[in-house]
Amino acid sequence: MGGYIVKRLVSAVPVLVGITVIVFTIMALIPGDPATAILGSYATPENVERLNRELGLDRPLVSQYFIWLGNLAQGDLGRSFALNRPVLDEVLERFSATLVLAGAAFVLCAVTGIAAGVVSAARQYGWADKAITVAVILGISVPSFFLGMMMILLFAVRLRWLPVSGMYEIYGGGDLKDLLRHLAMPALALSVVATGVIARLTRAAMLEVLRQDFIRTARAKGVGEGRVIWGHALRAAMVSVIPVLGIQAGFVLSGAVYIEMVFQWPGIGRMLVDAILKRDILLVQGGVVFVAGCYVVFNILVDVAQSLLDPRIRT
Amino acid sequence: MPFTTLSRRGFGLLTAALLATSSLTVPALAETPPGVLVVGQIAEPQSLDPHAVTAVNDFRILMNVYDGLVRYKAGTLEVEPALATGWEISADGTAYTFTLREGVSFHDGSAFDAEAVVFNFDRMLKDDHPYHDTGPFPLSFFFSAVQSVEAVDAKTVRFTLNEPYAPFLSNLAYPTGLIVSPAAVMEHGKEFGRHPSGTGPFRFAEWRANEAVVVERNPGYWDGEAASDAVIYRPITDANTRVAEMLAGGIDMMVEVPPTALSQFQGDAFKVAEQAGPHVWFLILNAKEGPFADKRVRQAANYAINKEALVNDVLEGTAEVAAGPTPPAFAWAYNEALEPYPYDPEKARALLAEAGAEGAELTFYVTEGGSGMLDPVAMGTAIQADLAAVGLNVKIETYEWNTFLGNVNPGLEGKADMAEMAWMTNDPDTLPFLALRTDAWPDKGGFNSGYYSNPKVDELLEAARVSTDQSERARLYKEMQVIVHDDAPWVFVANWKQNAVTSAAVQGFALEPSFFLLLKNVAKN
Repeated sequence: MGGYIVKRLVSAVPVLVGITVIVFTIMALIPGDPATAILGSYATPENVERLNRELGLDRPLVSQYFIWLGNLAQGDLGRSFALNRPVLDEVLERFSATLVLAGAAFVLCAVTGIAAGVVSAARQYGWADKAITVAVILGISVPSFFLGMMMILLFAVRLRWLPVSGMYEIYGGGDLKDLLRHLAMPALALSVVATGVIARLTRAAMLEVLRQDFIRTARAKGVGEGRVIWGHALRAAMVSVIPVLGIQAGFVLSGAVYIEMVFQWPGIGRMLVDAILKRDILLVQGGVVFVAGCYVVFNILVDVAQSLLDPRIRT
Repeated sequence: MPFTTLSRRGFGLLTAALLATSSLTVPALAETPPGVLVVGQIAEPQSLDPHAVTAVNDFRILMNVYDGLVRYKAGTLEVEPALATGWEISADGTAYTFTLREGVSFHDGSAFDAEAVVFNFDRMLKDDHPYHDTGPFPLSFFFSAVQSVEAVDAKTVRFTLNEPYAPFLSNLAYPTGLIVSPAAVMEHGKEFGRHPSGTGPFRFAEWRANEAVVVERNPGYWDGEAASDAVIYRPITDANTRVAEMLAGGIDMMVEVPPTALSQFQGDAFKVAEQAGPHVWFLILNAKEGPFADKRVRQAANYAINKEALVNDVLEGTAEVAAGPTPPAFAWAYNEALEPYPYDPEKARALLAEAGAEGAELTFYVTEGGSGMLDPVAMGTAIQADLAAVGLNVKIETYEWNTFLGNVNPGLEGKADMAEMAWMTNDPDTLPFLALRTDAWPDKGGFNSGYYSNPKVDELLEAARVSTDQSERARLYKEMQVIVHDDAPWVFVANWKQNAVTSAAVQGFALEPSFFLLLKNVAKN
């Protein structure tokens, strides 16, 4: 088992190096440099050259890459030009904010999606099924940022139940309750589309299972309907629902970018958008490498978990 | 009914969820107490080191935390004493001797004196200064004329320039000239931008990354204490979200209100402030090659474009029609006699026919956004339509801002006939000197991307730069404006009016023509 983990870790190294090459090359290829972005209207060739020199961007690209890679290997992601602080501090702070938002949205879409799918399968063609189907199709069709804006207008501006934006109250606050109040709208807006997808697939999977013989047998034996649905049918249907949950988790994480913009959530998606616009090279590179690294680690964990469940994978 | 259990359970779940949400919504939104002003900013500041930043967004904080030797008189762009109580200029215009205010100290307790001033400028300008590495200082070229700064005595400091440079005083009033605490720079080094210390009406309290910058009243401020206990700056990058925060009471004040959102702030709950600033939005015309090499075609473009429609319809009245290269906000240097080119398509057609340029094909660089560019895509499209109406066939190429600058600043030759551009400056010298002189062509390091050249204009601008007499400078600038207006190297389009919205509880607020946000006398009841 230990050997397998080591093997997996070693095979991740070329992937990570490849990512650094790609990110570095893309940032080097896009037009406009940080000095121009910082100087704006004052970007004379002379000023740009001077600033690039002070930022260390006058060195050849290859040596810039290796300096960056060397520092990276020591855990030093450099300093952001635009924020004037260490990249690592910013990335960690922002990534944890994104995890809070995406995590909450994922729990929300998994729970409500599965529940809605089960209810609508159990009451196929009943009023609940029809209502849920309409709601689901609406949910899938509305772009999440638009929904976010509408929610702000209703719940924050008109009804004043919830704060418009941010992660914590600007004055006072800062506790869990404060966080939940700020999280409610963005998490809901982010979860809607995924909820719809999960609900549709759960419904289909449930309908298929509910037609099978063992369900009829269970009913014939006099097992309560609740137990049949939630205990027997759902468990069998989960086999096809779980992979969908995995895909939706990635979808929620990437969809967080839009929601972070609308709700000013201080997450990593918003950070990367701002950093790209400002040509904040080190912040973009550091942020992308960090996120990519997390995906790689997550993949290894999944593989290891799978191999624990099924030793055949290890070979 | 086989499914009653299920529904009941589902119903229970729903009720629990509803209860949970409503328990979250029971307390009314936490209102900030009176005396604490919450300002909606357009972005997270880059740094609170005034010498390290370039963005107006950051200046809005800095101008309240620091003072310069001089500042702009309220409501004008004319210089008055601040940390310096007075100054003398040598006859040849190369030595400025400032007398410093007594009894002022920085927020960290260290004293403000001549040595502190010397430290500030040496740090920015001398590569071998021990704290030069706390930069970079992108706008230090504002003071590139400074040869040396010396402390004559504790309360007197002398700047020696390598040549007479008239904009020097107004550059000192710009954020790049604000005075920081040397002790704090020595203590925090590169992190000074997150631990700022100045002499201003507010002192730095806290910076929560991506949430808020908090400054609080500086007790015993030399120019009278601030009216508010504290100011909280919130970065809200999305304009719609900023508007929603304002409507919901999450912020007390916002700047750069989108034109289309202004109507939502009519009524008694809000106050809207407007102020024209030293901004000009124009089209650079390629005077070196192609149709615009002919002055008549350039004038035709000025006649053909309906600037009234642009400012009233596209910009919803948030700008005024520009008459020439100098914004009217520079009241002392602005030529009141100048009239904007009227909208006259007939005359434009006649000029084009005379020049034989009917049906010319033109390439037009348009940006997607960018500092001071207002609504560049919509404006570009409207301009294209106006030019089409007089028979000019304009092809638009749109670029993201940084890419756009990378295309325009090196010059339009061989690439395009016209490009959008906007500048916001602090002295009437800056823009024409950097963008209209022959010596400012891109290959010489300037911004004259359209290759305009008129020896008389060069002469006037050079003379205005070295004169230390404001009325003489004014005369030179006014003459320059008349010539440039007639030569039409640009299409003069708009002067932006900066706007701000405050809640009705906010008192004593006014926008400045400098576009700085000065909050010392602003109170919230």
